[in-house]
Amino acid sequence: MDKKFHTNLIVSSAPHIVTDADTTKLMGTVLLALAPSLVASTYIFGMRVILLTAVCVVASVGFEWIYNQIMHRKQTVGDLSAALTGVLIAFNVPSNFPIWMAIIGCFFAIIIVKQLYGGIGKNFVNPAITARIFLFISFASAMSTWPLPKMQQTADAVTGATPLGVLAESGEATTSLRDMFFGFTGGSTGEVCAAALLLGGIFLIVKKVISPVIPATFIGTVFVIALIYTQSFTMALWHVCAGGVMLGAFFMATDYVTSPKMVSGQIIFGIGCGIITMVIRLFGSYPEGVSFSILLMNICTPLINNLSYKLYCGGGKNEK
Amino acid sequence: MSHGRHLPSIHVPHHKNTAGRETEVMPIPDVVKICMSQSIGAPCKPLVEKGDYVKVGQRIGDTDAFVSAPVHSSVSGTVTDIVQVRGSMGGFETLIVIETDKKQEVSEEVKVPSVDSFEDFVKAVRDCGLVGLGGASFPTHIKLNPKNLEEVDTLIVNAAECEPFITGDNREMVEDGQDVLDGMKLIMKYLDLKVGYIAVESNKPDAIENLKRLIEQNGYDDIKIHIMPSSYPKGAERVMVYEVTGKVMNAGVLPAQLGIILDNVTTVGILGNYFRTGMPLTRRRVTVDGDAVADPKNVFAPIGTQIADVVEFCGGYKKEPRKIVMGGPMMGRATKSDESVTMKNTGSLLCFSKEIAEVKEETGCINCGRCMRACPFGLVPVIYAEAYARKDVERLNRFNVMQCMECGSCSFICPARRPLSFTNKLAKGMVKEASAK
Repeated sequence: MDKKFHTNLIVSSAPHIVTDADTTKLMGTVLLALAPSLVASTYIFGMRVILLTAVCVVASVGFEWIYNQIMHRKQTVGDLSAALTGVLIAFNVPSNFPIWMAIIGCFFAIIIVKQLYGGIGKNFVNPAITARIFLFISFASAMSTWPLPKMQQTADAVTGATPLGVLAESGEATTSLRDMFFGFTGGSTGEVCAAALLLGGIFLIVKKVISPVIPATFIGTVFVIALIYTQSFTMALWHVCAGGVMLGAFFMATDYVTSPKMVSGQIIFGIGCGIITMVIRLFGSYPEGVSFSILLMNICTPLINNLSYKLYCGGGKNEK
Repeated sequence: MSHGRHLPSIHVPHHKNTAGRETEVMPIPDVVKICMSQSIGAPCKPLVEKGDYVKVGQRIGDTDAFVSAPVHSSVSGTVTDIVQVRGSMGGFETLIVIETDKKQEVSEEVKVPSVDSFEDFVKAVRDCGLVGLGGASFPTHIKLNPKNLEEVDTLIVNAAECEPFITGDNREMVEDGQDVLDGMKLIMKYLDLKVGYIAVESNKPDAIENLKRLIEQNGYDDIKIHIMPSSYPKGAERVMVYEVTGKVMNAGVLPAQLGIILDNVTTVGILGNYFRTGMPLTRRRVTVDGDAVADPKNVFAPIGTQIADVVEFCGGYKKEPRKIVMGGPMMGRATKSDESVTMKNTGSLLCFSKEIAEVKEETGCINCGRCMRACPFGLVPVIYAEAYARKDVERLNRFNVMQCMECGSCSFICPARRPLSFTNKLAKGMVKEASAK
């Protein structure tokens, strides 16, 4: 009867199994989904894209690491969230953007917007979007000097206006829908190639990393408003492919922290983003409004959340 | 009655590794320790003393308390000790230690009950020692004797088995399908119920096929099979009532108040068996699985068998076990030692090695809202966690924390590895304490 028992087992509260998808995996999947766009942009704008992205990633991760060290907080760079912010900042500025300005943008995103509010999950606005707006206001000329795709550059023209810029100036869309879809236009590093972003976005939806609600309602609203305003199916698609809609709808508006949690709230959020984007594009003084729309809807998110909680069961009294 | 609406649910890997395998009867161990606290109600008082010889099916523990069920010996042998040990719930429990003689002599008390009235039926169910075998251990004879009996018209047999790994209910339906139907017929006869549903998840084709065949053979047109999607937690009582009937059932409400009797399929099967053989609840199917077990399978184990003995019958451990869960991985309880014994409600023993056993490090909430979208009742675990930290009872109440059934979906799905289900439980405790003041 001298059995040896295992008497020191781990005792913990149920459940005893958890899903594979932890924060690091989710962030890693988003990074992977951005890879097609990185490849496309490198092809369109050249190796500067790689340099800029690398600098932003290193700077963002570095700032978070330093902040955690100084404040004696648990190191969080391993969750890849800072790396993702870095990539998104690089994707939101022109590919010829001065490196030092990009680093300032990363500082603003990571330290001011994210860490000072308490780190991952506590920021109330999207760090990358806010950094883009911060850079746009601080360095207006660098943020609106758009390099042309390598194939369109000539000896004396390496930069030019974006399609939306041209549209705002002249009221005419000069770039073909095909070039818009595949990204042969001027614009921010990672926003030009709608095809690659769509691919990445669908990948995220299939992988269940993001829900399709926000991208669908955001893009749908942009499409419908453009269709009503321009009376042209082609122009409606053109607006969807233009500027930051694809990047914003799939990768920035779906940021967990700053978007509503329940489906009903996500619908309101997506439609709100679409409306603000189109109002700025069609009637505002800026040619593009995606970043402002996301920022404004980020701020509304807590209110939307409070409206959208719904109990399926247990809300009222039982009938019997 | 299918209404086609479903409550939110999550996909948990099924791991039904043992579903296709015949249940094996394990040899009688050298010693069993039978716990006197086998139901959710009052613990039983031992009816035997040290030195007594007991036989299989002999009543060895009982009490006068209303919510309780008697306990029977699962073996024949000699009572060597009656001990007090600290149980998995934290309190002390009484164990009757029996050294077995392996003859499995059947007690004279074991005889087929003769029943011809509702009162006899309820008494017979109590004599069987039946409790809810799905895990809740609610005494079955009380469940079958609701205050509003005349309003009750529906029987639902819970055969969802939505917890991963466990396949005991599946095997019950495949191997003892007739017992299940007999049990249902008895309940429906004596409680005068019009219709009986067997609610089963679609991932049990063998069981569904067998039951369909038996229902047809017997010509039971008042028993229907309700097939549900295979997602978690379809087997939770309140979820199942909604899935089958469309009735919303709040926490603290009994199914009988909605005109429903809801029982676990193995419970009903054992009831059917008892009325055929007279043998009370002394053994049950236990699914032994997990990455630390060499040969996962379903085992008929006498109630009171030490976990180590059951695992030994399954080829022993192939890896060092670091956690052993009694019950399913989503709602079961981890035990400190494999010296612990099986209970009436032990449907499975899951032995996990280090990688699965160790609690994952908690990171910051990323506000993704997965917990809220996963909750079958649309509850808001992330708000509870925050309100609990601030001891904000008013906010906990406003967001209905008391409706939580601790199914574990929120904890399972959380990418930040937060123990949300546990915080819900603590928060519920806080609310109860505050309202008691």
